[in-house]
Amino acid sequence: MASSGVDRPFGLLAELTYGCPLHCPYCSNPVELASYRDELTTVEWQRVLAQARELGVLQLHLSGGEPLLRRDLAEIIRTAVELGLYTNLITSASGLTPRRAEELRAAGLDHVQISIQADEPALNDRIAGTPSFERKVAAARLVKELGWPLTLNVVLHRHNLDRIAGILALAEDLGADRIELANTQYYGWALRNRGALLPSRAQVERAEVVVRAARERLAGRMEIIYVLPDYHGRYPKPCMGGWGRRQLTVIPSGDVLPCPAAHTLPLPRANVRDHPLAWIWERSPAFQRFRGTDWMPEPCRSCERRELDFGGCRCQAFLLTGDAARTDPVCHLSPDHGIVADAVRAADDGPGPRDAPMSPRRPHATGRVGARA
Amino acid sequence: MPSTGPTQTSSRADRPRLAPHVRLTFDPARERHVLLTPESVTVLNGTAAAVLELCDGERTVADIVTVLLGRYDRVDGEDVRCLLDRLTARRWVELRRG
Repeated sequence: MASSGVDRPFGLLAELTYGCPLHCPYCSNPVELASYRDELTTVEWQRVLAQARELGVLQLHLSGGEPLLRRDLAEIIRTAVELGLYTNLITSASGLTPRRAEELRAAGLDHVQISIQADEPALNDRIAGTPSFERKVAAARLVKELGWPLTLNVVLHRHNLDRIAGILALAEDLGADRIELANTQYYGWALRNRGALLPSRAQVERAEVVVRAARERLAGRMEIIYVLPDYHGRYPKPCMGGWGRRQLTVIPSGDVLPCPAAHTLPLPRANVRDHPLAWIWERSPAFQRFRGTDWMPEPCRSCERRELDFGGCRCQAFLLTGDAARTDPVCHLSPDHGIVADAVRAADDGPGPRDAPMSPRRPHATGRVGARA
Repeated sequence: MPSTGPTQTSSRADRPRLAPHVRLTFDPARERHVLLTPESVTVLNGTAAAVLELCDGERTVADIVTVLLGRYDRVDGEDVRCLLDRLTARRWVELRRG
C-alpha cells in the first residue's frame, strides 16, 4: 500500500490515440471523438510513465485506437523499458511492417497482442470494415519470427461465436502462445449494435464446449483465456479487479480513468496536464467515487460476493439504468436485471447471425498527434 | 530441450530457467520481488524470489537447494520442487532435463 492507505496500481493502459484504420461495430472507444483530438505529446507521455512507475505500475499496455499510428511509439516504449516497465502492444497489426517491428523490437517491446476478427478473410474483413485479415496473419508470423511471445485477441459476438473452433485452429497454426477470447462488452458502439451482436444462449453454450475441449488438448502449449459473456451469467464481472484498485487508464487527451469505458460516466475530469498521477490515483474524486464498498447500494452492500465482484461494472450500470451507483444489471440479484434478461431473450428469438445488421464505427480523421505537432 | 507438458514435474537433475517472456525484477515501490508476464504481476515472497533468482538454466534443482541451505537454516527440497512445478505448469518456468 502507498502511504495514503490506497492500494498501488499494477497496470497502466495507455490509449495513445483513438485513431484507428478499423471500423469494428463493437468498438468501446467514445462514440463522439471530437473532444479527444488534442493528444498528449511524446514528452507528456514520458512524464506520465515515470510518474506511473513511481506509483507502483509494473505493466504498460499500449493501445488505442491503433497505437502504431503514433510515430513516436518506439520512443515511448524505450522510455518505458528504461523505467523497468513490462511493455505490451495491443494492435490491429495495420502498419506492423517488418521495419516497424524491428524498430519496436530494438526499443525493447516485450510482448505483442494482435486482434483478429474471425478465422477467414471475408468475415474478418466484414467485421473490421476494411481488408485486414492477410496483413494480420503476416504480422502474427513476423511477431513469432522476431522472437516475441504472441497473443491473439478476439472479440466474440453473434457473428463469429460459431467460428470459435476455426479461430482456435488459426491461433495454433500461427504458433500463438496465448489467445484471449473475450465476449463483447456492451459500451460505446457495441451498445448501439447490441441487437446485432448479442449471441443466443445456444451459441454461448456451444462455444463453451469447444473452448473446454481445446483447453485440454492444448494445455501446456497455448494458454486460452475465455471471458464469459456477462449478459448470460448469473453474477457480474469484477470490473478492473475493483475501482481504482489495480489498474488505471490514460486516454489520448490525458484524462485518467479507472476503466477504459469510464469516459461515459458523469464524473469530474482528472487530467495529467493538471495534476500528478499519484494525486489522481489516490485523491481525485473520480477515483474515490466507487473505491471500496462504502458506496454500494443493496443488494450489493450486504452481499457476500461484494469483495469478489465489487458490484460489477459501473459503466454498465450507468448505461443501462442511468445511475452509475446501482448494482450492475447483469447480476441476477439486481432489481434492474429485467433489462438484461429482455435483451438475452430477444437474442434467443432474433434473426440468424447473417441477417442482423451492424453499424460500423464511423471513420474519423486522426487528430493532432503530439509527436507530429 | 525445454519441455512444457502440463503434467511435468521437476526432478533433482532438472535445470530450471525463467521462460523468455517472463521477467523477475525488484519493485522499489513495494519493496518486493515481482514476476512479470504478459498479463500478470505476481508479488513474490522472499523464499520464492530466492529460488527464482537461482533459476539460470545451468543450476540443477539439487544445486539450488544446496545454495539455499547455505543461506537459510531450514530449506525443504520438496517445497522448492512444488514451487517450480506450479510455475512450470503456468509456463513461467522451463525445465531443461539434466
